[in-house]
Amino acid sequence: MTCTEFLAQLDEMLDQDAAIPLRADLQQHLEDCEHCEITLSTTRKTIEIYRSHELYALPDDLRERLHKAILAKCKKC
Amino acid sequence: MAAYEKLVRQYDRQVFRIAQHIVQNREDAEDVVQDAFLKAYEKLDQFQGNSKFYTWLVRIAVNESLMRLRKRRTGRMVSIDEDVETEEGSMPRDLADWSPDPEALYGQSEMGDILRKTIQGLPPGFRVVFVLRDVEGLSTEETAETLGLSIPAVKSRLLRARLQLRERLSRYFKRGQKQQAQDGVK
Repeated sequence: MTCTEFLAQLDEMLDQDAAIPLRADLQQHLEDCEHCEITLSTTRKTIEIYRSHELYALPDDLRERLHKAILAKCKKC
Repeated sequence: MAAYEKLVRQYDRQVFRIAQHIVQNREDAEDVVQDAFLKAYEKLDQFQGNSKFYTWLVRIAVNESLMRLRKRRTGRMVSIDEDVETEEGSMPRDLADWSPDPEALYGQSEMGDILRKTIQGLPPGFRVVFVLRDVEGLSTEETAETLGLSIPAVKSRLLRARLQLRERLSRYFKRGQKQQAQDGVK
């Protein structure tokens, strides 16, 4: 298996439950290729970091203001 | 109206986040939240029960966000197909491993700045797919339906978005990076 072929399967590997064992040929490539192992682990970390950080929190005061504005507009419909 | 208020409270944070990711401007994101919920209310009778309300609402919010972007760019068309032909990120280049715990390298606020700056550098068509799929947790099928894209298009954009983000974050997170930066200052 080449790195390009491995990369084509990257999404499937990232999307599946980490507990599920990888297919034998993918697993073999990972064991032999440090670059692809790093690509997989750092891409997985990229997703985890974005998922765990609230980059655009909605503050309570703004939230209340938006609710009032939305409901006032809806009532006029 | 009380039932609709409940829906607003249930989904407002997600809509605000998605809008901010697309328009990258807080005032516009506030307007998108208001307009999206108002439009959804006006069109409630058109809502088909065959998709989730949330997916339908997100579709409205994404369209509103793209319209805002277009207005801000003085009428230039903005679509989710923009700049997606780039080859960047299709093959990893920076292959240095990351620090074992990259989040320990930076403070919370600095980390937030790095993540925002990095994702803002993606073309809108990649950014929105990554946000819906990986941040908001929509399925590939829901993301495709929400954006009016085919499933292969969503998968292709998602892979490229993930690889581009990974590549860009490597600058900050690779092994020894913080030490190098500190040594450079000395």
